[in-house]
Amino acid sequence: MLNYTIRRLILAVPTMLFISFVIFAIIKLSPSDPTAGLPLTIPPEVREKIREALGFNEPFIVQFFLWLKQLVVTEPLYWMNQKFGTEFEIGQRMISYQTRSPVLDLIVQRIPQTLWVVGTSYIVGIIIAVPLGIISAYKQYSVFDQIGTFISMIGFSVPTFFTGVLLILIFSVNLGWFPSIYDTTHVVDSWGSFWYQIKQMIMPVMVLGLFNAAQISRYMRASMLDNLTQDYVRTARAKGVKEQTVVLVHVLRNSMIPVVTVIALNLPSVFGGALITEQVFQVNGLGQLLILAIQGGDVPMVQTVTVIFAVLIVLFNLIADVLYGMLDPRIRYD
Amino acid sequence: MSGGVLRNSTEEVPVVQKGDSVLSVQDLRTVFHTQDGLVHAVNGISFTLAPGELLGVVGESGSGKSVSMMSLLKLLPMPPAEIVEGSVHFGGRDLLQLSDAELRQLRGGDIGFIFQDPMTSLNPVFNIGFQIMEPLRIHMGMNKKQAADRAVELLELVGIPSARQRLRDFPHQFSGGMRQRVMIAIALACDPKVLIADEPTTALDVTVQAQIIELVKGLRQKLGMAIVWITHDLGVVAGIADKVAVMYGGQIVEYSDVASIYSDPRHPYTQALLRTLPTQEGGRTGRLVSIPGQAPNLNAPPAACSFAPRCEHVGPKCWAANPPLFDIHGQHSSACWLESEGGTA
Repeated sequence: MLNYTIRRLILAVPTMLFISFVIFAIIKLSPSDPTAGLPLTIPPEVREKIREALGFNEPFIVQFFLWLKQLVVTEPLYWMNQKFGTEFEIGQRMISYQTRSPVLDLIVQRIPQTLWVVGTSYIVGIIIAVPLGIISAYKQYSVFDQIGTFISMIGFSVPTFFTGVLLILIFSVNLGWFPSIYDTTHVVDSWGSFWYQIKQMIMPVMVLGLFNAAQISRYMRASMLDNLTQDYVRTARAKGVKEQTVVLVHVLRNSMIPVVTVIALNLPSVFGGALITEQVFQVNGLGQLLILAIQGGDVPMVQTVTVIFAVLIVLFNLIADVLYGMLDPRIRYD
Repeated sequence: MSGGVLRNSTEEVPVVQKGDSVLSVQDLRTVFHTQDGLVHAVNGISFTLAPGELLGVVGESGSGKSVSMMSLLKLLPMPPAEIVEGSVHFGGRDLLQLSDAELRQLRGGDIGFIFQDPMTSLNPVFNIGFQIMEPLRIHMGMNKKQAADRAVELLELVGIPSARQRLRDFPHQFSGGMRQRVMIAIALACDPKVLIADEPTTALDVTVQAQIIELVKGLRQKLGMAIVWITHDLGVVAGIADKVAVMYGGQIVEYSDVASIYSDPRHPYTQALLRTLPTQEGGRTGRLVSIPGQAPNLNAPPAACSFAPRCEHVGPKCWAANPPLFDIHGQHSSACWLESEGGTA
């Protein structure tokens, strides 16, 4: 398993290179000028100087490798200098066109918000979905199953920008229970502020959580139904195993195999889905950073955030495969 | 009395002396609720099983062999299945009246099961050690160490080499025959008094079949449990059974000691079934013999002889009423009007 993981990690390197190249190419080919956002009072020759300083006159492929060098050499060295007090020679850090501050610093600032909201919502989604799927399958066509199916269908088919706005309308505007805007400057230092943090997280987390739960619970239910009718379930019952153990040990372990794959593979795409939810609730996380960067033609920022998403996708693919092998003894990679 | 007594439901059931039988089934009826209405899968079967006896249950697909045996310990999915009538006496108790918890103590404890397809009957994600030890820990209250030792013993008993190492192996690392041996080890784990084997060799190829049959024969002599062996293979039954029950349309149509079934088959269905067996003598004899017609539709309880539409001796009586089991001699009985007084159908 370890060998397999290492091999996969090494194989991921060319994949990542290729992905980042394609992303770079797409962004470069788009008709956007990073100096377009600058005040019109700047004379053309200064403008040209700025373009030159940003490396825009270099050949395309050189620009790509310069960016790559900044991402995989300069930034890690800078980080080590900061962390361990080493004194590596570092070049120019990657600078955002829009804010003139280092791209990675901005990303690091934004990650906690996204992780809090998106991470919590995913966990909430799984906590709701797994039991829901198990009970729905075990009591197939019962009232519980019908209601669960109905709610799943709603969560699945209604987009998050709609449920988000709907929740804001009901709970913020009409009832006034929760704030409609997520305040990232809020500091938790007392029970009162902790309570406020919970209140401001509830709506974005529920919106994303419902969407995730809807999807995962359908997979969970289908997988459980598949396994409940298998011969080995009858064998377990014929051994005198308690019904609870039959379902939660024998059947669940088998049913989790495809579901764990779905959970792991979906996780990166949740960051994409969070883009919209972050926008609705004004959570200034990664998603919002990306949207603003796209609007401002901030090439290094768009590129780096997108590549981070790509890294997550490749990484969670690997995690899914490894988990798959751990859950299913028929699949061993050695 | 060492043999079995059985009657179809329409007749009075003789009092069975409980001391003589390990398992006694009276007038068992099981139906399935389906979208097209009720399916009467088991229509009043009765039999008794003496300690150490091997009863072969024979019949074609859909004759109710498996369903009737699964009904004994309520191993059917309920719903759709429902046991509407009958009693199953085992160890002085009626199994059909027991609570779920009491039933669980018997399943895998005093009554062991082996199923048809060893490829799918074992849980693919647990190693076989866990699967053998599970009933030991539930029923015998063993700790992990004791259960592992007993599991090794059991695997050796069913002829799996280097048993201790194999405890950690998963089902997919065993061949079909070996998996069935593991299933047998699980069924025998808690020294059952009765072993119910539901077509245990059907999914295996012929040489492996022979090995499994020899294994069960040997284990039976060693351990002395009673066995119900469900099969559609009359050849297998001839080799191992003491008694044979032939099932058709959810009823037992003929019951006898194993010799009489072959030397003196009485029910027209049994006779027809025996004619379908290919012979080994002479050359190729053209087409294989088959019983014309279809297996009965079970959407109503039998009001007439369910074999009547396919029977070559059919007469007016057969359409008028469902024949009870008539005693022929000793332990041989047949549910056919030809056996009634006067001997006409």
